[in-house]
Amino acid sequence: MEAAMGLMRRIPPKQSETALSALLSLLPQHSSDLLSQVDQPLQVLCDAECGKEFILCEYNRDADSYRYYEGGVSSVYMWEDENEGFVACFLIKKDGSMSGHGRRGYLQEGAWDAIHVIEVRQEEEIAHYSLTSTVMLSLTTNDESSGTFNLSGSIRRQMNMDLPVSEGHLCNMGRMIEEMESKLRNSLDQVYFGKTKEMVCTLRPPSELVQMKLPDS
Amino acid sequence: MSDEEESGETQLTDKEKIEIAKWFLLNSPVGEIQYVAKDVRAVLKDERVYRIAAAEAFPLYNKSHMICLEFPDRSGEVLVTSFSEIDKDEYIDPRTTQVAIVDHVKQVCTDARPANDDELPSSYIEEYRCALDAEVIKYVSEAYPKGICCVYCTNGKDVEEPGSDFEFVVVISAARLSPQNFCNGSWRSIWNVEFKDDLQLVEVRGKLQVGAHYFEEGNVQLDAKHECRDSTMFQPPDDCAVSLTNIIRHHETEYLNSLQTSYLKLPDTTFKDLRRKLPVTRTLFPWHNTMQFSLTRDIQKNLGLESSE
Repeated sequence: MEAAMGLMRRIPPKQSETALSALLSLLPQHSSDLLSQVDQPLQVLCDAECGKEFILCEYNRDADSYRYYEGGVSSVYMWEDENEGFVACFLIKKDGSMSGHGRRGYLQEGAWDAIHVIEVRQEEEIAHYSLTSTVMLSLTTNDESSGTFNLSGSIRRQMNMDLPVSEGHLCNMGRMIEEMESKLRNSLDQVYFGKTKEMVCTLRPPSELVQMKLPDS
Repeated sequence: MSDEEESGETQLTDKEKIEIAKWFLLNSPVGEIQYVAKDVRAVLKDERVYRIAAAEAFPLYNKSHMICLEFPDRSGEVLVTSFSEIDKDEYIDPRTTQVAIVDHVKQVCTDARPANDDELPSSYIEEYRCALDAEVIKYVSEAYPKGICCVYCTNGKDVEEPGSDFEFVVVISAARLSPQNFCNGSWRSIWNVEFKDDLQLVEVRGKLQVGAHYFEEGNVQLDAKHECRDSTMFQPPDDCAVSLTNIIRHHETEYLNSLQTSYLKLPDTTFKDLRRKLPVTRTLFPWHNTMQFSLTRDIQKNLGLESSE
């Protein structure tokens, strides 16, 4: 399994679906581990009855959504776990391409998939929240003068918090998720994208520094 | 890729396993194929299948990434590319006129021999090749902290005098491997140079490819490509060399600038289209007061819950 997870960290993120199905066929005995540990971009279906889109994932129940992303679809699923608590799974998918919900029209292809799983255990007035979040994203721009530019990747983080239940679970979980997503987004922007940019400048340092602004996003 | 199988009953055929192993190896980021190979071997648990996959995948990977190997006697380096390939394990270095024998899977040069006359270009062609090589070396050493380059004649190497067309390929490659910092990257340029005698013109086509991989607690990769064209007059070797190198320098510098621009645009444009930093209201979401949004009223009605205040 360790080797399998190692492979998932090296293959191009855009190929993660192919990689996962390859691993599933090579290691059928580990399929439940693989499916639970390897995140995949989310799939969206449309509910014919109310015309609302919802996201498919293994935890299947309920559906509802929220417009937070200038477009984008989200779904929330919940279920009880064995420890008398419950687990909530918040899924968000945004297609930021020109043909999707990309308002500014820069992206030929763009996708943001977020998976937040929170385990909740309540003890009297305090609830213990354990959040594991994964963000997968891909963006591609394509034009004559600069060719094809694609950045894609995924990161996963954990956060644990103990909060009073006075304002309700939704409030607590919502705040945690918002904070986490912000952290992940900023991390992706500054650290991850920043590192790849640093690498490019290391490979071939820009000679005309005058033409460049300082690389501070 | 393989078809869906019934749970646990159907085994993958050897052929399917080989294809999967090859796929992982070929998709390794720059400088990481040995790590990927180790993981693939562990996942396959089948030495024989692994060996077959490696024997097929490594040469393709090496040529695509244009890996640079040192001659055993340290007399120079050879680039493993499709342009320098004499035979499946033999690659020529026109600069030292040697042919390297390589072990693709181990990624080393195991032996070397002098190149035969029929493997080398004519002295007329060599004049052009050598002049261009010298200019490109100068350019690469200025522009790339750790760059390697080579010029190969890919067509018309036996042309003895003016009156015929011939073709070169200029290869520039720079890789920065920092696995301890979880970061690897590469820049690869392939410049096709066609000398057209009847038009007295030299046509240039460039293919630039830049990649970077950062994988500390995550997996983020940059994959950028660009193509360009240009041309210059057919002149004597030294003048051609200078013009051609100027063309290469110009386009590569422009491309680097456009990469910088793409990165600069990320926070306000491209990335923002995927997820804003803050909601459109410019404040954090009011989780404690979600009643203002009717959707939650819908849920509550449907599930018969109390209001979540």
